[in-house]
Amino acid sequence: MKFIKTIISAVAVCSALASIGNAVADEQYIPLLSYRVGPYAAGGSGFFGGAVDYFNLINAKGGINGVKISWEECETEYNPSRGVECYERLKHKNGGASLVDPLSTGIAYGILDRLAEDRIPMTTLGYGRSDAANGKVFPYVFPLVTSYWNQAAAMIKYLGDKSGGMDKLKGKKIVDLYHDSAFGKEPFPVFEALSKKYGFELIKVPVAHPGNEQQSQWLQIRQANPDYVILWGWGVMNAVSLKTAQRNGFPREKILGVWWAGSEEDVIPAGDAAKGYSTMTINSPGNFALLDDIRKTVYDAGKGNLDDKKRIGSVVHMRGITAAILWVEAIRKAQDRFGKGHTMTSEQIRWGFENLNIDEARQKALGVQDMFPPVKTSCDDHEGSGAVKVQEWTGDHWKAVTPNWFVGDKVLTRALIEESSAKYAAEKKITPACLK
Amino acid sequence: MSFFFEVLIAGLLSGVMYALVALGFVLVYKASGVFNFAQGAMVFFAALTCVGFNEVFGLSLWIAIPLTMLVMVILGMAIEKIVLRRLVNQPEITLFMATIGLSFFIEGLAQLLWGSQPHKLTLPIEDVPIAFLMDQFNMLISQFDVIAACICAILVLVLALLFSKTKIGRALRAVADDHQAALSVGIPLQHIWAVVWAVAGFVSLVAGLLWGARNGVQFSLVYIALKALPVLILGGFTSVPGAIAGGLIIGASEKLAEVYLGPIMGGGIEGWFPYVLALLFLLVRPEGLFGEKIIRRI
Amino acid sequence: MFYREAGQFKTTYAADSQIFPIKQDRIGIALLFACAFFVVPFVAPAYVISAILIPFLIFSLAALGLNILTGYAGQLSLGSAAFMAVGAFASYNFVLRIPGIPLLLAFALGGICASLVGMAFGLPSLRIRGFYLAAATLATQFFVVWCLTKISWFTNSSSSGVITAQEMTILEFHFHTPASKYVLTLSIVAVLALLAKNMVRSNIGRSWMAVRDMDVAAEVIGIRLMRTKMLAFAVSSFYCGIAGALYAYAYLGTVEPEAYNLDLSFRILFMVIIGGAGSILGAFLGAAFIILLPILIDFITHALALPTSVSSNLELMVFGGLIIFFLIVEPHGLARLWQITKEKCRLWPFPY
Repeated sequence: MKFIKTIISAVAVCSALASIGNAVADEQYIPLLSYRVGPYAAGGSGFFGGAVDYFNLINAKGGINGVKISWEECETEYNPSRGVECYERLKHKNGGASLVDPLSTGIAYGILDRLAEDRIPMTTLGYGRSDAANGKVFPYVFPLVTSYWNQAAAMIKYLGDKSGGMDKLKGKKIVDLYHDSAFGKEPFPVFEALSKKYGFELIKVPVAHPGNEQQSQWLQIRQANPDYVILWGWGVMNAVSLKTAQRNGFPREKILGVWWAGSEEDVIPAGDAAKGYSTMTINSPGNFALLDDIRKTVYDAGKGNLDDKKRIGSVVHMRGITAAILWVEAIRKAQDRFGKGHTMTSEQIRWGFENLNIDEARQKALGVQDMFPPVKTSCDDHEGSGAVKVQEWTGDHWKAVTPNWFVGDKVLTRALIEESSAKYAAEKKITPACLK
Repeated sequence: MSFFFEVLIAGLLSGVMYALVALGFVLVYKASGVFNFAQGAMVFFAALTCVGFNEVFGLSLWIAIPLTMLVMVILGMAIEKIVLRRLVNQPEITLFMATIGLSFFIEGLAQLLWGSQPHKLTLPIEDVPIAFLMDQFNMLISQFDVIAACICAILVLVLALLFSKTKIGRALRAVADDHQAALSVGIPLQHIWAVVWAVAGFVSLVAGLLWGARNGVQFSLVYIALKALPVLILGGFTSVPGAIAGGLIIGASEKLAEVYLGPIMGGGIEGWFPYVLALLFLLVRPEGLFGEKIIRRI
Repeated sequence: MFYREAGQFKTTYAADSQIFPIKQDRIGIALLFACAFFVVPFVAPAYVISAILIPFLIFSLAALGLNILTGYAGQLSLGSAAFMAVGAFASYNFVLRIPGIPLLLAFALGGICASLVGMAFGLPSLRIRGFYLAAATLATQFFVVWCLTKISWFTNSSSSGVITAQEMTILEFHFHTPASKYVLTLSIVAVLALLAKNMVRSNIGRSWMAVRDMDVAAEVIGIRLMRTKMLAFAVSSFYCGIAGALYAYAYLGTVEPEAYNLDLSFRILFMVIIGGAGSILGAFLGAAFIILLPILIDFITHALALPTSVSSNLELMVFGGLIIFFLIVEPHGLARLWQITKEKCRLWPFPY
């Protein structure tokens, strides 16, 4: 026992020494709780690869008003325990972490309670708690761009439009094929509320993790003969769903997937079964000036993070770039208020996140016009947008089906957000208020 | 009624696919007494290597497959030499834990060598419903499943014949029975183990190709091993026909339970139902349907 | 020279059968406890306390539980994470639905719920042995997690199935700093470890070891198999249940049933095997090894400045390789290594 205690203290001393050696206080430090092994490695390597590529681009151009970004990756293996350990280890390093985004709902939940005390903002782009949009209850959590509830509402709106109008949804059958986990069950309140409102029949069919075998689910679906199938899946479940649908003769044009079921990693393994399959997205598919800039400035200089250049501009890569853009813009906003050209503390960056305003003009200046919807956050609305597009897989690339960004029933989702965050506030004895 | 048959046949066919993975387990356990938890990782590694040769080096599948077979044989021999030889005579649980460590190692190696992207695997068999059955009986049964079942049946036949009729099969059974006795009769233990692991590697390759074509070659192939465990429990760890019988039973009951019992219980019971079923079977026959009765001497 | 037992005579039976018969051991343990209780909470940095020491204690408790079942009673089990989940969710529900219930009582009740589940799923052990039992315990693992996900009553109808553990309070004292959580966890683990040590030295422990070695012979000499095996499952699940509750309350804070998955079960089994099956100290050593090893490997790969995709996969490979290495080098685990060290110390500087 003593032996182990010596080892522990040795490690502590070493890490303390190591961090002293590394402290460069005039760089903005961002720890990346990444995962590059295991079943979700493809998504993780794409997302964090995109973020690192953007960091390299910003640094190559002189940093944020002269302040360069420094970062460090810590392998979490998509495991909550590892994620919390990585967070605790890196949060005070190099002058303090600026922000954190674990790209995992489990890890996000594990870190959630520690953020207020550590005063570090966490962004959960397109995942995590939807009710964290209420900044009065969750001052340090930012489910930026669009959360699950708004995505669910937008899906129903799209299916309604596809049927010829929301009133045409009455009497239709919609199957929700979901991953049997917290992630899969997240949109239920929205789907159930909308089903009551518009009169369509909602059939929920769960798929046990990880979803390698779905024959029985699709036989049930074929039996039910629905008008649409919503695929709320993650990981291998998506490719298997598409292939099993093909095997059971279910047309993939009737399947609408979420954005975690809408990346190249999901459709390529399914091969021909995915042609004509559409999903939601928070990024417009296609090329952008910024991507060309990254190709030239970062990859040609040999600093590209992705091993395969063909993955530049893929869905997860663009998502990572979007996240990094939002982080950098928040830091920029904080600098505009608290001191241009200086490193920002995490609280100042939190203010930056709460006052983001990336409109179309700013997107054009960044070279990402229309890559993601305009984002405008406030204390009440930590989400900033709620808009989505729908894209379709043509067989070798994604193509936008809806030309413009659209939202679903935001009034309904806002009501649910208020209700759910009030429940959390009561449980945790928080008085909802805006932080200055 | 035809829906019931559809579910039943779909279950039987997917059960055959599970049995394919279970065969690898049975082979290794039967011949060396090691419960090789790394079988799932080996299936993944085999599939990924094949696809890797195909995509990265541009070799056609007909060349990639024998090349992968070679790689699997080398891997098997390396495992036997580096890991198993040092752990001779250790209790079963130590060997089991060593194979779990081995599975981490192989998973990391596979993704290190070939990257973490999911890949598409196209075999010359299409995954579409058989038109004849669809027209006549209004039943959707995929031709891929049927062909996979045939391949599995052939494999099982070959393996069963190997074990019972050939000299090397007899040697394998002798080694499984008693290492010391086999050595004293003159059976070369190291060669036998190398052969076993090579054959297990071949079975992993077949399983990897079929499952990879079905689901895409990605990390989750490793979890197919967890689907094969109830098959093993039911059929017995040491029986090749048991793997097939177990596979058919587990596959059919899993699908029927999910379709008919699932909606009552809230769905998603496929995760635990095969295990509970196997558990109930074990209470009646503690060594599985076809497993060897464990004779314990006091 | 320093570890001499010369001059230490025992004059009472009680002194003879104490846990630490050698004076140097007693001094060592007293120092260790003093350090752990009074020095570490004030001196150690918050990272070490909240990310290394607390999970170390929690996992050693779970490994203790599994060690009792697998190491002492010989029943191989792969469902320990499920029992942890039962303990966590049961404690959560007790605190939620019985307002004002003392925290320790809620934990204990959660542990008892885990015991009941453990006994129910341990019944097959009367008929099944070896790997078949291990595979059967997988049924426990999957079924329990499914139950907790499906039945919304357990998660207080939270829409996503995630529970947020309430703040821990004992007699108006709120445990919200890492140091206070650490001291609470340490106290619970110390008491339970002492209990376990005494249990395995007693009649019960001997009957477990008899069942492990040869259960037919144990039955022949009069040990009631059902009672012994059920007791092993009950005690083991109780420990795992408390560990699970602490995992939710003192470590993660917000937890979903998926956090108690098969991966966690395997990690706990690793801790038992590498630490040494059949040894109380082994549970602690194994937990320390499994927790510290990924951090150490991470450290080294960062120091080598490898590209992250390579380093992450290398971590996994090194982890697997080290496990195999340890099993080859010392199949009886780190506890055996410690025992050999102590024996050598007793003789030093003499060779024998």
